[in-house]
Amino acid sequence: MLRIECPCCGPRDHDEFRYGGDASVRRPAHDDPDPEAWYAYVYVRENPAGLHREFWQHVIGCRQWLVVERDTRNHVVSSVTFARTSQA
Amino acid sequence: MNVQNKRLPGGGRIDRSYPVEFSFDGQKMAGYRGDTLASALLANGATLVGRSFKYHRPRGILSAGPEEPNALVTLGTAGRREPNLPATTLELDDGMVAESQNRWPSLAFDVQSVNGLFAPFLSAGFYYKTFMGPTRRAWKVYEHFIRKAAGLGRAGTEPDPDRYVVRHAFADITIVGGGPAGLSAARAAAAAGARVTLIEQDFLLGGQLLAERSDGTAASWLNQVEAELKSFETVTLMKRTSAFGIYDGDVIGLVEQRDQVGPPRTGEARQTVTMLRARSIVFATGAIERPMVFANNDRPGVMLASAARTYLNRFAVLPGRKIIVTAANDGAWRTAFDCAAAGAEVTVADPRAAPPAALVAEAARLGITVRAATRIVDLHGGRAVRGATLAGPDGQFEAACDLVCMSGGWSPTVHLTSHLGIKPRYREDIDGFVPGAFPANRFGAGAMMGNYAAADAIEDGHRVGVEAASFCGKSAPAPAPSKLDLGETVTTMLRDVPSAQRGKAFVDFQMDVTTKDIELAHREGYESVEHLKRYTTLGMGTDQGKTSNFPALSAMAALRRSTVPETGTTTFRPPFTPVAIGALAGRATGHHFKPFRRTPMHDWHLANGADMLEVGVWMRPWFYNQSGADVNEAYVAEMRNVRQAAGLMDISTLGKIDLQGPDAATFLDRVYANGFAKLQVGRARYGVMLRDDGIVFDDGTTTRLAENRFFMTTSTAKAADVLSRLEFLLDTAWPELRVAVASVSDEWAAMSVAGPKSRAILAAAFSSLDISDEALPHMGAQEGEWKGRALRILRLSYSGERAYEIYVGATAGERLWSHLLEAGRPFDLKPYGVEALGALRVEKGHVAGPEIDGRTTLDDLGLGRMVVGKRSGFVGDVLRRRPALLAPDRQRLVGLECIEDGKRLRGGAILFLPGSKAHGHGRGRITSVTFSPERGRYVGLALLAGDVATEGSEVVAVYPMKAETVRARIVSPVFLDPQGERLHG
Repeated sequence: MLRIECPCCGPRDHDEFRYGGDASVRRPAHDDPDPEAWYAYVYVRENPAGLHREFWQHVIGCRQWLVVERDTRNHVVSSVTFARTSQA
Repeated sequence: MNVQNKRLPGGGRIDRSYPVEFSFDGQKMAGYRGDTLASALLANGATLVGRSFKYHRPRGILSAGPEEPNALVTLGTAGRREPNLPATTLELDDGMVAESQNRWPSLAFDVQSVNGLFAPFLSAGFYYKTFMGPTRRAWKVYEHFIRKAAGLGRAGTEPDPDRYVVRHAFADITIVGGGPAGLSAARAAAAAGARVTLIEQDFLLGGQLLAERSDGTAASWLNQVEAELKSFETVTLMKRTSAFGIYDGDVIGLVEQRDQVGPPRTGEARQTVTMLRARSIVFATGAIERPMVFANNDRPGVMLASAARTYLNRFAVLPGRKIIVTAANDGAWRTAFDCAAAGAEVTVADPRAAPPAALVAEAARLGITVRAATRIVDLHGGRAVRGATLAGPDGQFEAACDLVCMSGGWSPTVHLTSHLGIKPRYREDIDGFVPGAFPANRFGAGAMMGNYAAADAIEDGHRVGVEAASFCGKSAPAPAPSKLDLGETVTTMLRDVPSAQRGKAFVDFQMDVTTKDIELAHREGYESVEHLKRYTTLGMGTDQGKTSNFPALSAMAALRRSTVPETGTTTFRPPFTPVAIGALAGRATGHHFKPFRRTPMHDWHLANGADMLEVGVWMRPWFYNQSGADVNEAYVAEMRNVRQAAGLMDISTLGKIDLQGPDAATFLDRVYANGFAKLQVGRARYGVMLRDDGIVFDDGTTTRLAENRFFMTTSTAKAADVLSRLEFLLDTAWPELRVAVASVSDEWAAMSVAGPKSRAILAAAFSSLDISDEALPHMGAQEGEWKGRALRILRLSYSGERAYEIYVGATAGERLWSHLLEAGRPFDLKPYGVEALGALRVEKGHVAGPEIDGRTTLDDLGLGRMVVGKRSGFVGDVLRRRPALLAPDRQRLVGLECIEDGKRLRGGAILFLPGSKAHGHGRGRITSVTFSPERGRYVGLALLAGDVATEGSEVVAVYPMKAETVRARIVSPVFLDPQGERLHG
């Protein structure tokens, strides 16, 4: 039972969240025509044993998409930020 | 009724004023409140209580706790029947009905015990060698018989009438284990000011102290500490509760048995699962005694030494009169002393050449025969042990006995600490594994750390109790606990190296793994402990090898001529003790398994003969009984009525999303494959969304209500996914777009009026609105009010007929529904269900869930033409052009028409070319079918390889589940009105 400290709602069980995948990959611009860039964004993933930046959405709560830094070895969450501001 | 012939006249922690009756294999027996089923069976002289898993060997009670591998019983009858429960953990209850397992026809005479005679064929790796190698086909022949013969107890097949509950709880500190260490830790932590939850699997607190006399110093220490703990309001004592697993975030899974005093109270849960979250965890889980390994060490009447002492002192049962105690450690001598004091004739066989003089002297005082440098090499007796062959300094000799107490030392219970990856560490001085380094908020105390003596455990517990409280920021002074010295001498141990020259010497009692199996595994190269486990099934029983783990490692280490730490140990995983699935499910069973969503018109549907269908989480009308005798008759009638007059359909389940903002049009233009930027205010458009990988995600319609305001509908199934995806794109990809999205699915009730008479019906229903084709053309939208409630009418068609979608404030849904039916009565307006809805769209060639299945592209679905001109920059546009997705032989949407009279098409049928062998995946599959009143035959939509999908040619549809083969003609998927004239009819 992970617990995620939502910056809007406070600490909540992970049941309230939806996982959104790797947050370290960079989405190409919407009109980027390069297939390689889209291929890398959709399919190419690191599988780190250690810190992992990932998206979670607080679906049963504020509905904000968050960037969570989680250690894949022990599930310790070291930081949680709003995806909007962390992307900027 | 049996007499309790093994019960002593006094002593024990049983309530002699509260006799209890129970039955075992149909035989009535008596016991007392405070007994376990195991102690009551022993009191009644029942030594044979089960048959072993593989060889069906007679087995008795080995232990007095949750480590029990032999005495597994089935409890209860009918829906309450629960198999594989250790009799040693079952609190005796009045009227308890228990049965032995794995025997037929009876416990005393079991047909399959002949398996023992075939033992050479059932050795380790038997199944792999026989059925997985070149002779694999044999498995198909024998599987049925083997499955029937294997397995332990059988679960009930009737619904369980009892209630189970899952709950969450919180504590500063959780202490697992209510023995001397755990009690002392709880006391210290509570005194320091922490909120403490103490977990104990037994129905009494005390752990190993319960094996001491019930009137001695241990008992008074226990009473005092228990009273102290009860005086704290901040201490929760959870007895009858097993900690089955530790999970991420310091969550402990607990399963609590009902307090069985008296009849069940109404609504009371039989078992409660608690997910307990604690800031700090103290493990005081104790230790489990190891059996010794010698020939026929599994005979009924062979018991762990500490268990025998527990039965004697806690339950006042002396399980034997002529006892041999064999042990390589000092602790087990106390069993000999207590049994001798209770009147038994006792012999101690100690493999050590010179056992400590103090022990020998005490033994002499109690009249115990001591045999030094002596081991048991074999046991005699079938259903109960009768005698032993011992080997001493003067050679072998025989001795009669009716009970053998053994102790191969102790194994700290490191299962729970292993669950989160704390690797066990070998401690040489105790010849056992203790937990390795703990993280800052977890602690271990007492026997589980290898500190076996009660005095040490109490001191240890106090220390970690204070530390755990301090971790939680609580550091009020905690007075030292009272001392308790039981005078246990520090155990000196001699490794019991398992060996057997003759007969079977069992290492894992439950899985019937012997020393010979381990030797075989070693010989065949399965030397690593993880391979050993899988090859021999060692430790894979319901007891998780609690008693067998260390002896097996020890045996393998000896064979490899290496040490135990070099050999290593297997990884323990949850659950520590078996947990009933019903307990984990809690209240989420049957109707409560998942939430049911009801539309605002739900009650009307029920009151008007709707047969309801679960569609995802929604309840929707499948068909209405007034339309026909069964679904097949009803949906065709409902379809006909839509095509000829008009039908009313509840579409409230559609996902509805409100989009607002100056960039809303730009946003929609990117998320839909087809363009939305130029959509005019007051107009709606059908749209298809792709995923980033170019596969179709969902379809729906979006209406432009104002320059910067849109109303989107999604499919019922994808409503949540689409909203989340839109939010994802706005939050992460394009935060610069000024758009807000919100679900309004629950705010609107929605219904569709479809059919040639639909315009007339709307005109009659909404006299103040202009429903003319000029005011509300096809794909037009209108907003208004109905009885003071917001109203939206969109002219959209799914069925191919002229149709209107009407949205009204949810609480007015049922009123408007009834109003429309009333206004539509002169026009034959009738409700229709999802079966007719699906049939209407198939006839019209509209794709839906079965076609948009997460594998199909726009081109596959014949929707490629929606992306017009040089349009680009929308989600999925780049990857949809990948060569494999454009291959000419990709399966694409076609229509099929059944061309054999009296036959039908079926969804899921595999398509083959005529004349080709019906084998494998074929060239395509049927996705949706319906009977078409229009065509007078079955038609369907299918995905068929593009290179053979030529209109007019034939395919063969094979449905192996029903052994059906039917010929079909490939046609256009639009079976009805290809010009779309009916939309305006």
